[in-house]
Amino acid sequence: MSDTTTAAAGDKIRCDACPVMCYIKPGAAGACDRYANHDGTLVRVDPHVVLERTVEHGGKLVPFQVSGDWDGKIVRQPDLFVTAIGAGTTYPDYKPAPFIVSSEIDGVDMVTVVTEGIFSYCGVKVKIDTDRYLGPETATVRAQGEAVGHVTTSEYGSQMLSLGGVHHLTGGSKKEGRVTCDTLMDLSNCKAVELTIDGGATVVVQAGKPPIVNGVAEERMRVGCGSATIGMFAKQWHGKVDEVVVVDDHITGVLSEHQAGKLLDIADTGIKMKGRRSTPGRYFQVADPGTGWGGTNISDPLSILGPFNPKEAKAGLTMLMVSTTGEHASYYVLDDTLEPVETEMPADLKFSVERIQENCEPALCTVLFMGGAGGSLRAGVTDNPVRLTRSVKDALTRVTSGGAPVYVWPGGGITYMVDVTQMPAGAFGYVPTPALVAPIEFTMRLSDYAALGGHMDYVRPLSSLRDSADVRPMPSIMGRRA
Amino acid sequence: MTRLPQIALLPDGKRLHLQDGPIDLIVEAKGGSEVEVRAAYLMAARRFTGLLDELCGELTELRRAADPRKCSLSGVVAHRMYTAVAPFADKCFITPMAAVAGSVAEEILGAMLQAAPLDRAYVNNGGDIALHLTGGEQFSVGLLDRPDRHGVMRTMTVDADSPVRGIATSGRHGRSFSLGIADAVTVLARSASQADAAATIIANAVDLPGHPAVLRVPADELQPGSDLGARLVTRDVGRLSPAEIEQALETGAARARGLLTSGLIEGAALRLLGETVVVGAAAEALPASQALHGSAIENVMHVL
Repeated sequence: MSDTTTAAAGDKIRCDACPVMCYIKPGAAGACDRYANHDGTLVRVDPHVVLERTVEHGGKLVPFQVSGDWDGKIVRQPDLFVTAIGAGTTYPDYKPAPFIVSSEIDGVDMVTVVTEGIFSYCGVKVKIDTDRYLGPETATVRAQGEAVGHVTTSEYGSQMLSLGGVHHLTGGSKKEGRVTCDTLMDLSNCKAVELTIDGGATVVVQAGKPPIVNGVAEERMRVGCGSATIGMFAKQWHGKVDEVVVVDDHITGVLSEHQAGKLLDIADTGIKMKGRRSTPGRYFQVADPGTGWGGTNISDPLSILGPFNPKEAKAGLTMLMVSTTGEHASYYVLDDTLEPVETEMPADLKFSVERIQENCEPALCTVLFMGGAGGSLRAGVTDNPVRLTRSVKDALTRVTSGGAPVYVWPGGGITYMVDVTQMPAGAFGYVPTPALVAPIEFTMRLSDYAALGGHMDYVRPLSSLRDSADVRPMPSIMGRRA
Repeated sequence: MTRLPQIALLPDGKRLHLQDGPIDLIVEAKGGSEVEVRAAYLMAARRFTGLLDELCGELTELRRAADPRKCSLSGVVAHRMYTAVAPFADKCFITPMAAVAGSVAEEILGAMLQAAPLDRAYVNNGGDIALHLTGGEQFSVGLLDRPDRHGVMRTMTVDADSPVRGIATSGRHGRSFSLGIADAVTVLARSASQADAAATIIANAVDLPGHPAVLRVPADELQPGSDLGARLVTRDVGRLSPAEIEQALETGAARARGLLTSGLIEGAALRLLGETVVVGAAAEALPASQALHGSAIENVMHVL
């Protein structure tokens, strides 16, 4: 981006691409729909038009093998794989008229429609590896103050967010749509985005990077829930300590009461837990959710204990309290009044805490882009769109996004999810509608393609693309597919 | 250096693609010989070069409300635009820009016909189409209500005996804004410029003034310099009851019947939220084949 074309954000700019000389407001496009004002900079926004249009105008989407005759095999590993990225922007200054179906369909010579109108059904699913409390389920997630999605379920060691979707993109205010579009695009392009959750935390999310919750970078995922941790480490603790409490907002585990402790004949300790007992040695709701020990709101683990029962407890009894990530740990010895007193942790117990840490995987944010490809996209691929859907379901056709593997949802349409870190850098774009622009490719046997009514006239051998000016090799980025 | 438009044959080798700024044309001609077709394409390209600059030279005036009494425009295309909108100018706000697409299509078709005697030709300017037909030639025209979806809503046949030589579509999904709520209004008229202006007028008439489910925004807020100024244009249409849809369509259809009676149009198809009303010649239109318009199509796509 050059400075010369950059005006202060918020200003309209004047496009000099043609004599119409449109004034273009931020986030809007000019009369041609080819140029737009992105934060004060004039950018080309030729939509990555659906396959329909690209295929019509000389299709660059159908992948072929590098050389030799087609051997009938589905392209397996993409040594050279033609992706849809940038497919909509064919040679410079060319935008297929989005409103003209130039192939003859149903014996129709031409078609008249209104121009433009790319609407978006897409979003991202974000998995944030953390036990810290990010906010209540269904709470609104905001970016720059605008609602862009919501908190959905808590999963193992992680919190899921669902962002975008058509309601935020087009159903709210103009600003909400724009901010949602920016948020989705940045997350999909593996950029960091700060999200605020109503009644919860502020979290910086970046695909493939640890989440930063309220300014603190998360390091590890929990090794398991509190109860599972007891099960995993009971043998290692046996004989080294009388009691272990693994503090967890979901299921806090208590060694002496837990099935794992019983099997090892660990004696009762007279411990009294707060919270609701689920099954022996497993407690729910020992505290409120938060960003302290094990995803609770506590900083002093003793606050989840009641007084020890003098019938079973005795002075000198030892107790380890540890969080599910091993990030927090304290060691106590009961004094003569049966009060736990924090004491220096013995080396072999420290080792067990380190072992918990070691068994925790690095905490990451993962971002899956989800989009639906239905009617017109499929029609761009074949004359009989539903056959493409069926062939995808029958696994005759492989769907990829920017060359990355996708998960295709069962059911109607071709709704897929893709891990954005598997995609080439900058794979996503936007149109000011607002809507996200994402690549998608369909790969299949040529014979299957013909059988499902493919546009055989537009099939080109890969060799004819290699020297073509409209193919740009994708830059290789560390940690990403080339 | 002079800015040159994009001029290329489409991959089928038959159709010509011309693009300059916001103008995007698909052209196809059929003549006695290949030489004639080539001569026509050459002339189309020649006429197209500089046409946008010609229009932009009078852009300020073209964006003003047309004065029903006199035309102060000088360009041939600008004058055609004015002539097309003038019949509406005393009753409502309309600028010559309402007929720009059809007028350009007509101009290019005219240039082609000067170069060679063609049997059949069309210039499709983003859905606003100028037609040329002789003898037993005919065109089948497909109507779509939503450009982002595939599937022909309806097809129509125009033959040489029919007076129709222009087709245009207007609606709220278009690149230009609409004051009404119609998804698409397609008009058949004696010329493309007339069809273009009438489609705008009828699409504006398909409306439910003050309805809370209709989101309207000042045009110049979306596009500074829009010829519609601060007039409210339709951004979104929420849920409407079947009665409301019928009412809005009927308002538009009444306008269309008026234009039909006064000879300004030959027919119109009005589309709103899945419902269609047809007026005049378009009434002969046949429903499209179901193959491309099943429920799967309604299922939406949107990669984008």
